[in-house]
Amino acid sequence: MTTIAPGSSEERAATRDSEHVERIKKAQDPGVSRAEGWRRRGPLLPALIFMIIVTQIPFLFTLYYSTLSWNLVRPGSRRFVGLQNYLDVIGDSTFWQVAINTVILIVGTVLISVVLGLLLALLLDRAFLGRGLVRTLLITPFLVTPVAGALMWKTAMLDAVFGIVNWVLSPFGVHNVDWVSKFPLTSVMINLVWQWTPFMMLLILAGLQSMPRDTLEAGRVDGAGAFQLFRELTLPHLRRFIELGVVLGAIYLVNTFDAIYMMTQGGPGTASANLPFYIYQRAFLGFDIGQAAAMGVIVVIFTMIIASFALRLIFKSFTGKEEAA
Amino acid sequence: MSTSVPQAPATTQASSADTAKVQKPKRKRRKFSPWGVVAWIVGLGFFFPVFWMVLTAFKQEVDAYTTTPKFFFVPTLDEFKAVFDQGVGTALLNSLFATTVSTILVLALGVPAAFALSLRPVRKTQDALFFFMSTKMLPVVAAIIPLYVIVSNIGLLDNIWALIILYTSMNLPIAVWMMRSFFLEVPGELLEAASLDGASTWRAVREVILPLVSPGIAATALICVIFAWNEFFFAVNLTAVQAQTMPVFLVGFIAGEGLYWAKLCAAATMAALPVVLAGWVAQNKLVRGLSFGAIK
Repeated sequence: MTTIAPGSSEERAATRDSEHVERIKKAQDPGVSRAEGWRRRGPLLPALIFMIIVTQIPFLFTLYYSTLSWNLVRPGSRRFVGLQNYLDVIGDSTFWQVAINTVILIVGTVLISVVLGLLLALLLDRAFLGRGLVRTLLITPFLVTPVAGALMWKTAMLDAVFGIVNWVLSPFGVHNVDWVSKFPLTSVMINLVWQWTPFMMLLILAGLQSMPRDTLEAGRVDGAGAFQLFRELTLPHLRRFIELGVVLGAIYLVNTFDAIYMMTQGGPGTASANLPFYIYQRAFLGFDIGQAAAMGVIVVIFTMIIASFALRLIFKSFTGKEEAA
Repeated sequence: MSTSVPQAPATTQASSADTAKVQKPKRKRRKFSPWGVVAWIVGLGFFFPVFWMVLTAFKQEVDAYTTTPKFFFVPTLDEFKAVFDQGVGTALLNSLFATTVSTILVLALGVPAAFALSLRPVRKTQDALFFFMSTKMLPVVAAIIPLYVIVSNIGLLDNIWALIILYTSMNLPIAVWMMRSFFLEVPGELLEAASLDGASTWRAVREVILPLVSPGIAATALICVIFAWNEFFFAVNLTAVQAQTMPVFLVGFIAGEGLYWAKLCAAATMAALPVVLAGWVAQNKLVRGLSFGAIK
């Protein structure tokens, strides 16, 4: 990290004898001497070093493992194979099916929860009796331990015979549908949408409540209808919040594991497995460290694409606070 | 309520506050609206699985298994007893320990770091912030294999300290960003003024800044508690019996389709209750934590 060694850059600037560079530096950091710089850095270093060790080193190992043919249950099987694991993964049709499942789960869950979250946020933005209580009820699914929530959906909600969902739908001619084994991916998604809609609602509600009332008032005076107001004023204002919800939701949902583990175990076959679950299977049930690591690297690349959007958005929200408010 | 409207112009507050005051009663007067009813129905619908979980936890197994759901029954604590007999005590203590210690560590590392990235910013503040957040965006699944190898090599497999370290790293970026957003709300002149008075920076921070951001620290702690308590992926892969946490304890209930829904619900209720309460307390600050402080 460059943060740790700023002294060297200072010296370089001095030896270059470039007063201009020095002046710019002074302006950026008025009155920060070298000792003061270290005093300022002091509180940051423990956290920074801890994070580098705990989060970066394992990823380097993953990169290294992905070049090995290594099966845990066959001692002595560990040898360097270069990019062979990546070729095997790309040639593995299950991998592609699982990758598609991953995308379906993320896109489906994010889209549905954003739409539901938007509707709920619009409802909650109005004044009514017990609004705080309804908000509390609505955020609860997001707080409930995901493993417990998934268990509830698998058993009490979606069970073929005793499940509440079938009981509620029975007047509409739905009888004894075994949701989890007939529609495994959909069942998982129902659970995830239930869990993530509150998240989207909270973000969008924060957006609605930061909306300047006088703009809406002005629009109303100008004779705009409710829908027109929503489309022309509210929605553009909410855009930033919805975008943030989408990217954050996607990043968190890439890691979906609990729901699949508890509800379907990826089955039947790999019908409802996503990449984290498949990697887990390959590593901890198949003991194929090399290929699992290669898949891990591929997931990282995939996530980095989404993350680059997310980082940009979050930084924009921070620095562009004034113009947005 | 109605008297506040003519009073409003008489107050000496800023004009923006006045208009807010005038608007408020107007919005409040329309208390009953059909949309309110819709909101209530949807809210109860979303809450229903949780309600049903808690309700079923107090049933006998015969009442839990009915084709027509039973809303009225004689409540019992038998199933909670059965869950305790099955050894939930260890899991509860493990979860409590891992959550508490990791949250303390997160605050001990994160609050100073957030300070160094806000009020007294270091050079390359943006880079450091970017680094913290990027660690949160890398999928944990890509790290689990080396973590498993490392943890088993240093003998921490099925040891709660392995989880504590990982939970600290999991929550630290959120805490840094969230605390930073609280520090940035503190007027910078405050620290300057305290320093000019001759107080050392440390004393100024302790006596002036920390009291101001203490609600922020509390909210950050609650959010770390929620994430640490609910974490499952590391726990299921790195612990077995001794160090198992509450989510791992629940795994025992997925195998087979035995007649034990009431017991399952009792266990799930015990797992979920602490974080639901923590989340209800922290709900106003939840968005800020989830969006890395980007949204207030």
